[in-house]
Amino acid sequence: MTAPVISAQNLSLTFETNDGPVHALKDVTLAVEKGDFVSFIGPSGCGKTTFLRCMADLEQPTGGEITVNGVSPEEARRARAYGYVFQAAGLYPWRTIGGNIRLPLEIMGYGRSDQDARVQRVLDLVELAGFEKKFPWQLSGGMQQRASIARALAFDADILLMDEPFGALDEIVRDHLNEQLLQLWDKTNKTICFVTHSIPEAVYLSTKIVVMSPRPGRITDVIESPLPRQRPLDIRDTPEFIEIAHRVRDGLRAGHGDG
Amino acid sequence: MMRSVLPVLSVVAAIFAIWYVASIGLNKPWAEDKARRAGVELSTSELILDTWSQKKPRLPAPHQVAAELWNTTGAMVQQGRALSKRSLIWHGWITLSSTLLGFVFGTGLGILLAIGIVHSRTMDMSVMPWVIASQTVPIIAIAPMIVVVLASLQVDDVVAKGVISMYLSFFPVVVGMVKGLRSPGAMQMDQMKTWNASRAQTFWALRLPASAPYLFASLKVGIAASLIGAVVAELSLSQDGGLGARMLGGSYYGQTIQIWSALIAAAILAAGLVAIIGLIQRITLKRMGMAA
Repeated sequence: MTAPVISAQNLSLTFETNDGPVHALKDVTLAVEKGDFVSFIGPSGCGKTTFLRCMADLEQPTGGEITVNGVSPEEARRARAYGYVFQAAGLYPWRTIGGNIRLPLEIMGYGRSDQDARVQRVLDLVELAGFEKKFPWQLSGGMQQRASIARALAFDADILLMDEPFGALDEIVRDHLNEQLLQLWDKTNKTICFVTHSIPEAVYLSTKIVVMSPRPGRITDVIESPLPRQRPLDIRDTPEFIEIAHRVRDGLRAGHGDG
Repeated sequence: MMRSVLPVLSVVAAIFAIWYVASIGLNKPWAEDKARRAGVELSTSELILDTWSQKKPRLPAPHQVAAELWNTTGAMVQQGRALSKRSLIWHGWITLSSTLLGFVFGTGLGILLAIGIVHSRTMDMSVMPWVIASQTVPIIAIAPMIVVVLASLQVDDVVAKGVISMYLSFFPVVVGMVKGLRSPGAMQMDQMKTWNASRAQTFWALRLPASAPYLFASLKVGIAASLIGAVVAELSLSQDGGLGARMLGGSYYGQTIQIWSALIAAAILAAGLVAIIGLIQRITLKRMGMAA
């Protein structure tokens, strides 16, 4: 057993607002192992995005401890230990798809030929080969989000942090991207933390489902999924799948009851 | 095409109509005065024709201004005297050169100040109020002082006029570029942070390209302001010529037609400059995928 990739101990984050303190996170303890696919699910205000942002050093916790790859989130960020995929694709309209994927590589100082090779590799990975020279506006929303995932994969980060990346997409596109994301996870053996508020999405994708509830933001249940690594879309009709989904729903309801 | 031309033409026609009527009213006293002294009685049509053809009218009629414009531009080109000191092309060129110089100065200063303001909280707090205060000082009051100071420093006249243009044109650039450089959203800035991008990298890759639409909007205002600055500067440095010097000379000798033709020439010049920037804006933003 190796050390966890992400480890949080009694992590708390309190925002001071004009209406008094808001406990975005309170005493959150969790370990994410290498190669895990962890989903964070819960109603809005439960702190799932805040937790992800703490891992990424985009928010500073006010209490407790968190390490990423055994070091502080800031050191991990400086070492470019993770790729972050936001809710919106956030591609630059003045850069081509290839240029957008190249951007973090340019910032990190990869050599020109290395950049070219990496852009090709990740475009293949997200099935966007041939779209390198296209501009973002020439692509559909789903394709743009795939390009933004490719951008997060282009450099050598073992961790992928994803904040509701498919939240704005329709059901059919979302199914397809979920399937692709699983294959990608299987191929690259990355550790993925994935924020969502869709129960089927969380159950379908994850090896571990973290159910959270609001006021204060906390973890109410952690479910280790018994589903195999290889998951065809129709696994969602099996009794195991439905049972896990049930447990997630119960956890969400319990969190709401005392909230 | 017709849909956009028709309203413009109607407005122009209305302006001309008002202009002709106004010149009748304003020039009538002089026409009546002349007639009284000559002891003749003017019919209404004679009176109107006189108000539209006086040598030094209070308000010259449009066709008089048009004729003067032609005589000092096209007609002089036909005579091969395009760059004579009596030609508006020569005066226009003088004004244009200090306008462009001041525009380059002003744009450069404006962008530099905006970069400083966006990146330094101290500059944001200290410089911005002065930038705004600078524009509350009437340019016509400080232009002669700038001329005197720069002349004593042996600075070339064109540069002195450029500095006055700069004084007016840097302001819209600062305001627009501060807004433009701050236009990337929290998500885009966070994204840069996740890549551990330096400030310089964030500036070149994100802030600067994102500010392009704001820059062009500012440049349009800036170049028009720069032209005004050049004209005002020429009132203090009239020995060098320029459209401002033409206006000043005209007002010394009561040459209203000359004043008006210089005014119209300045307006045409400004419109042309703004149109050129508008064209560059359209092409650039379209290529950047940011066309509005």
